[in-house]
Amino acid sequence: MENYRLSVMMCGGTGCTAAGSLTVKDALFEEIRKKGLEKEINVVITTCSSFCSQGPVMTVYPGEIFYPKLATKDILEVVEEHFIKGRPVERLMYKESPRKGAIPLMKDIPFYKYQVLRALRNKGLIDAEKIGEYISRDGYQAAAKALTEMTPEQIIDEMKKSGLRGRGGAGFPTGLKWEESAKARADQKYILCNGDEGDPGAFMDRSIMEGDPHVVLEGMIIGAKAIGSTKGYIYVRAEYPLAVQRLQLAIDQAKENGLLGENILGTGFNFDIEIYQGAGAFVCGESTALMRSLEGKRGMPRPRPPQSAVKGLWGKPTVLNNVETYANVPQIILNGADWFRTLGTEKSAGTKVFALSGAINNIGLIEVPMGIPLRKIIFDIGGGIPNKRKFKAVQLGGPSGGCIPESLLDTPVTYEDIMKTGAIVGSGGMVVMNDLNCMVSVAKFFLEFTVEESCGKCPPCRLGTTVMHDILLNITEGRGAEGDIELLEDLSRDIITASLCGLGQTAPNPVLTTIKYFREEYESHINEKWCKTGVCKELCTFYIDEEKCKACGVCKRACPQNAISGEKKVPHRIDQSRCIQCRSCYVGCKFDSVKIGPRSMRDAMDLPDQEALNNMRIETMAGKGE
Amino acid sequence: MPRLTVEDLKKIKEEYKSILTLREGGARVKVTIHMGTCGIAAGARKVMEALLEEKGKSGVTDMIVTTSGCAGLCSKEPMATVEIINESPVKYVHLNEEKIRTIFKEHVMEGKPVEQYALVMGSETAY
Repeated sequence: MENYRLSVMMCGGTGCTAAGSLTVKDALFEEIRKKGLEKEINVVITTCSSFCSQGPVMTVYPGEIFYPKLATKDILEVVEEHFIKGRPVERLMYKESPRKGAIPLMKDIPFYKYQVLRALRNKGLIDAEKIGEYISRDGYQAAAKALTEMTPEQIIDEMKKSGLRGRGGAGFPTGLKWEESAKARADQKYILCNGDEGDPGAFMDRSIMEGDPHVVLEGMIIGAKAIGSTKGYIYVRAEYPLAVQRLQLAIDQAKENGLLGENILGTGFNFDIEIYQGAGAFVCGESTALMRSLEGKRGMPRPRPPQSAVKGLWGKPTVLNNVETYANVPQIILNGADWFRTLGTEKSAGTKVFALSGAINNIGLIEVPMGIPLRKIIFDIGGGIPNKRKFKAVQLGGPSGGCIPESLLDTPVTYEDIMKTGAIVGSGGMVVMNDLNCMVSVAKFFLEFTVEESCGKCPPCRLGTTVMHDILLNITEGRGAEGDIELLEDLSRDIITASLCGLGQTAPNPVLTTIKYFREEYESHINEKWCKTGVCKELCTFYIDEEKCKACGVCKRACPQNAISGEKKVPHRIDQSRCIQCRSCYVGCKFDSVKIGPRSMRDAMDLPDQEALNNMRIETMAGKGE
Repeated sequence: MPRLTVEDLKKIKEEYKSILTLREGGARVKVTIHMGTCGIAAGARKVMEALLEEKGKSGVTDMIVTTSGCAGLCSKEPMATVEIINESPVKYVHLNEEKIRTIFKEHVMEGKPVEQYALVMGSETAY
C-alpha cells in the first residue's frame, strides 16, 4: 500500500455531482498531476456525505478540513496553499467542522460546549451501584494517596492552596474549615456531609449522590484523615430515596472492600460512615440545626460561637461540608491545587454545578467554570427562553437568594460578583423566569416558603417573615397602601440583623432584590391596583384590543369559561362577568391583541369596591411604634 | 470480597478498564440507560425493560446494557447513550419503548445511528 501524505475525500454523491463536482474533480486530478503529487496525495471519491446543500464538498485528512461549495477556480489555491505549503485555505473552509450524518457533535452544541465536568466527571458514565466502575475512573486513588503519602498538614495545605470554597452556598474556604478542626484537641471528631438539599429548584447534590455516591465517601475519607476523625455521617433528606439507597450500597461495598471501616487499604487508618435520614425540614440544612437533628433532637440552630469546627456534633470538633464540596476533593488531592486553579477566578476557583429550571429550554444539570457570565449559562447552555417569551429574571440561591434582572446578566458567576447584585451563588439552584412572572408574587412565594420553614426559635424570623408575608399578601390582593414598600425594606433590615441563623438572615433577600430591580411593579400593584403580568387575579382586567384583533379564534378556543365571543372577521370580546383571569387567552394570542388592564377597568362589575377591600387589609403591628 | 490494598486498587482499575472500554474480542457495543430520579420519573425503567427484552430475543452476546445516573438534561429524559467500538458515543433523548426498540434494531444491530432520536455525538469534557 502506498503511503500518502494527505487523503482527500471528494463527495461523488448525486447532490454534489449536480452541483458540478465532476468538473471540480477533473480540475483537482489535473492540478495534482501537474504538480507531481500523485504519490503523496490520495484522492477518494466517496458516496454522499449528506452535506448536499453545500456541494461540491471535499474533506482533507489529517485535520478533517472541510471545503464546501468548491468551484474549479478554487482548486489551484487549495493545491498550492494546503497540499503543498500545508496551510489550509481559511477562506474556503466551512465555519463548523463537517458532521457525521445529521447528529451534531458535542462541540457544536452550546449545552455541551461550555461545560467542564469535574464534580460531575462520572455523570452518566458509570454504574453507581458498582464500586469497580468508580475505581476504574481513578476512584479511591486520591484516598490512597492521602492515606499513604500525605500528612494531615499536607492535605490541609493543598486544600487551602486550591481555594475550594463551600459549594453549599456560604462559600467558606474548605481548607480553613478543616484546619480549624484539625487544630482542636478532642478524643473524638466528626466529619459530616450535608445532603439536605432544600432550595426549591435545586437538585445538584441529589444527582451526585445518586450517580456517583463513592466520590462523596472518598471526599469524606480524605477529610477524616486531615482532621483526625474516625466517624462520619451523611445527612440526607428522606425524600431522596434513590440517593439513600445508592449511598448505603456504596458504603456497604466500600466496607466489604476495606475502603471504609478498620485499617483502610491496609494503612492502619480507621474511618466509618453512617447515613442519617432527615425529615426534610429546610432549617436542617443549617449547620448547627443539622447537628442537633443528628443528635436526635428537634432541628433548631444555636448561636455561634463556638464554631462547629471546635464544638459541633455532641460537643466535639466537627467538619460539615456539602456533597458537591466533597465531590471536588479527590480530584484536588490527585491533581494538585494548581490544577484546580486552572479554572475559575482568583477568589472563586474551580467549577460550580448548577441546576437549571423554570422558563428555560434545557432544564437540567450543568457544570461550568466559575467566572462565566450568567448570560452564557442562560442563553447558550440553557438554550434561552422557550415559546418566544422574553427573559425577565433569574433566581439564584433559592429562598436565601435573589432575582437578577436582564440588565445584570453579564455578571460573572463568582461568589463576590453575585453577592454584589443582592443574590447569592447559593447551592446552585437557578430558576429562570419569563415575562409572565409577577415579581411581587415571586417574592411572596419565597416568603411563604420561609414562613413555613422557619423553625420558630427566634422572633425576628418567626414573626418577621410572617408579617412580611402578610404585607405581600395585601399588595397582591389589592389592599396595598402607600408606605408598604418602605415598611418591607425596614423589616428586612431588622430581620437580617437580628435573626439567629442563616435562614432568617437571608430570608428577606428575595423581597429586597425584587424591590431593588422591579420597584415599579410593586408601585403599580399598590398605586394603580394593576398587576401588568396578570398573575394577581384581583389586580387585572383582560380585554381585547379590537383594532389589533385578527379574529383568529385562538383565544376563544383557549378560554375555559366560554367568556369570549366573536365570529370570523369580527373582533373578539371578553365577557368580564365570566372571566376568571386564567391568562389562557393572553398566553395564546399570537398577535399581542389580548391586553391586561388595571383592576379599575372592571369596577363596573360586581366586585368589592376599594373601600371594602381596604377593610379586609391584614393589619400588622409592624411600623406602628409603641 | 477480600480487603483491598493500594496495589489492588490499581489492578481493579486496569481490570475494569478492559471490561468497560470496548475492545476487540470483548463487547462490541454498550448501551447506558440514564436512571437518575429524573430518568426514572420520565419512564426509563420501561425503556430499560424493552431494551433487555429485545436483547434477549435477538440473542446478541457482544452487547453490554448498563445503567447510570442523571445525564444532565433532565427535561429530555429518558436518555440513553449508545457506544459502538471505535465510534463516538451517541446520546438519545425523549425515549420510549418503541424508540429504544428501533435504536436496538438499527444502531446496535446494524451500526446505523437513528438520527431522528439522537441529540448529540461524542464524550463530554472532563478534567
